[in-house]
Amino acid sequence: MVKELPVVYLQTAGCSGCAVSLLNVASPTIKNVLIDQIAPGVHVNLRFHPVIMAAAGEMAIEVMEDTAEQKKGEYILVVDGAVPMATDAVYGAIGERDGKPVTMIQRVTELAQDALAVIALGTCAAFGGIPAAKPNPTNAQPISKVLESAGIEKPLINIPGCPPHPDWFVGTLASVILSGLPTADDLDDLLRPKAFYGKLIHENCPRRAYFDEGKFAKKFGDEGCLYELGCKGPITYADCPLRRWNSGTNWVIGAGAPCNGCTQPEFPDQTAPFYEKLVDVDLPVIGAYWASKEEK
Amino acid sequence: MGKIVIDPVTRIEGHLKVECVVENGEVKEARTVGNLFRGFEIILRGRDPRDAQVITQRICGVCPQSHAIAATLSLDSAFGIADKIPDNGRIIRNLIQGAHVAQDHVLHFYHLAALDYVNVADVAKYEGNDSQLNSVKDFIARGELGPFLPRYEGDYRLPPEVNQQAVAHYVKALEIRRIGHEAVSIFSGKVPHSVGVVPGGVTSTPTPDNIMAYIWKIKILQDFINNVYIPDVMAVAGAYADYAEIGVGCKNLLSYGMYDLDGSSPDYSTRKRLFKQGTVSADLKPGGLDANKIAEYVRHSWYEDSTTGLHPSQGDTKPQYGKKDAYSWTKSPRYDGKVYEVGPLARVAVTYANGDPAMKEMVDGALSALKAPASVLFSVLGRHLTRALSAKFIADSLEGWALQLKPGEPAYVEYEMPDEAMGMGLTEAARGALGHWIEIKDKKIANYQCVVPTTWNVGPMDDKGQNGPIEQALVGTKVKDEKNPFEIVRIIRSFDPCMACSIHVVTPKGRDLGQFRVV
Repeated sequence: MVKELPVVYLQTAGCSGCAVSLLNVASPTIKNVLIDQIAPGVHVNLRFHPVIMAAAGEMAIEVMEDTAEQKKGEYILVVDGAVPMATDAVYGAIGERDGKPVTMIQRVTELAQDALAVIALGTCAAFGGIPAAKPNPTNAQPISKVLESAGIEKPLINIPGCPPHPDWFVGTLASVILSGLPTADDLDDLLRPKAFYGKLIHENCPRRAYFDEGKFAKKFGDEGCLYELGCKGPITYADCPLRRWNSGTNWVIGAGAPCNGCTQPEFPDQTAPFYEKLVDVDLPVIGAYWASKEEK
Repeated sequence: MGKIVIDPVTRIEGHLKVECVVENGEVKEARTVGNLFRGFEIILRGRDPRDAQVITQRICGVCPQSHAIAATLSLDSAFGIADKIPDNGRIIRNLIQGAHVAQDHVLHFYHLAALDYVNVADVAKYEGNDSQLNSVKDFIARGELGPFLPRYEGDYRLPPEVNQQAVAHYVKALEIRRIGHEAVSIFSGKVPHSVGVVPGGVTSTPTPDNIMAYIWKIKILQDFINNVYIPDVMAVAGAYADYAEIGVGCKNLLSYGMYDLDGSSPDYSTRKRLFKQGTVSADLKPGGLDANKIAEYVRHSWYEDSTTGLHPSQGDTKPQYGKKDAYSWTKSPRYDGKVYEVGPLARVAVTYANGDPAMKEMVDGALSALKAPASVLFSVLGRHLTRALSAKFIADSLEGWALQLKPGEPAYVEYEMPDEAMGMGLTEAARGALGHWIEIKDKKIANYQCVVPTTWNVGPMDDKGQNGPIEQALVGTKVKDEKNPFEIVRIIRSFDPCMACSIHVVTPKGRDLGQFRVV
């Protein structure tokens, strides 16, 4: 008997980048995740996902609503996107009920209520991200805020990144399947799995030696640390330098570009301007270059 | 008289609702409704202009590379360096956007469109040794078929063995498009939301090893497009031949052109590009393109009427949710006051009409294989066919471009940011014509407007009462079974709508959005 793990994947105010990133997962592949037994005797049953599901319209909405009813307390709710909470207009709706649009906030609240756990996928869902950037025209809020304002207490896991690396999501799913829901010790104070967000980009950056020596790139294409071209690696928690992206092919700094801090709650307002050097940051003093600066 | 409401339309990007009024089995009226508003252009105001390419990529996670290109083209022009980008920079941008668009077309056909034509359930009857198909067979036998069921029923026409093969190709295409993204990331760091494309060129540098790695990933993509994707489109065309007549739109097509083959002209509208700039109509005669003739209308959109008919460089948008007779967050872009469709069909047709020999051979060859006249291009099948040919046209070019790269030479040029400037960037996303317009004051973004492909296609009725292209394609369609309106979703998906792109707008000058109260 194969155990079905029902998943409802809701898209709110986002761009589908999280969903596209998820398609890029290399091992297991997305086909392994959706079709095969991802672990012996366990199948991820993705019942609702607007970008890939066969059904449309009411038929699709019924699947979503039936899952909440029939699989109460069993399904994982994944939300990619922030939730517009401004009340002056319907800025985001998913499907209809009695001929009226159902707002995203209603959908998230209803589905979270009966979920086993909620995964906020991507920086918009985890922290607000781009839709919540100044002046936050639609009062876009992260999932944690939606749950809080509705008084819903559910296990919540934040998997930020714009988009998140697919391994961060599939790895988290693997851990739920193989070891159960994460404990408080497994997550950092922003509810991110420490396994993926435990270290700063800066700590594992292959250009770190340049930083310690004080050798900085002055323009794109130069050798050296990208700190002065705006790299936010020193304040950004993620394992990009080790894991690398797109099946390990490359990553941001590997392409000679500065990290823009996309896994952080500070993204984008406090990590922008993206091509300006960080200000007011305490950096560890390592190496002769920084020690000499310190003396001055 | 009945009404068919499909909300949400799935297997597209984003939040779209469609309403059709049906009488005696025929669509009499159609409305496309954009259902999400984020306010990107407000968010962009006051920011460092260079950040536009980072922020605007987040308009859409499906086609971020094209937003990065449009943003940097507009910044290059604002900074006065449009003609100074090193060839390495120009070519690497093409390689990034090229691999991206080609894989996106594969994704669209197999993962977004195919489930309307292919009966996955036929894999239950599979008797062969293909391990992938047998794993799908096991999946079906377990009985929990999310996300493949439920679905519309009653019009799957391919024979079982063709369906089985198509499912195998669906699975293979997941891998192919992933490899396409890997190729993009070689030069752009990561996908989605790349980092390589910046004003002045690109951040990465060409090396012999990354050139070679890129080429061999592209060969995998190209092989799939030529030997699997195009034959599958032809097989669908054979079984669903009536769709060569269904979903005919406004028959006016517009393309900005894509992939600069020469960077020496500062004026993008005169650049030599792989896909040509221009317009065509039903006669397939080449027409010019004058970006000054583009304007956006809002009579039936949730924005104040005072902002209607503006050129994007002057774009001024004031939300007014609940406005009388308005029904969408999407605006209606028009060219010279007329309705134009954009997309692979448009860029293939414009390039064809301009007499490009390789394009002519490819399109004429496909039409003769189908024994069909050029008029079928304007249909549902025509859109799928031209999308596949667009993928081939791109994939066939990429290796040659990669070999033009010169390791050791720069891919980026430094520049001085002006205090004040205007810029315009025109390119194509996978889904069609994409334009960004920027106004810079005090080295900050004063105004930013994007007119994106899906806005052209999915926009509502304009001030003159002309329906948008998708609405026009729907009106007059015969719906055989209102409970299973295959015709409607097949028409909509043939446009490959991307809603996140289409609704991003809003620049209420001098007014705080919070002041807009809707009764």
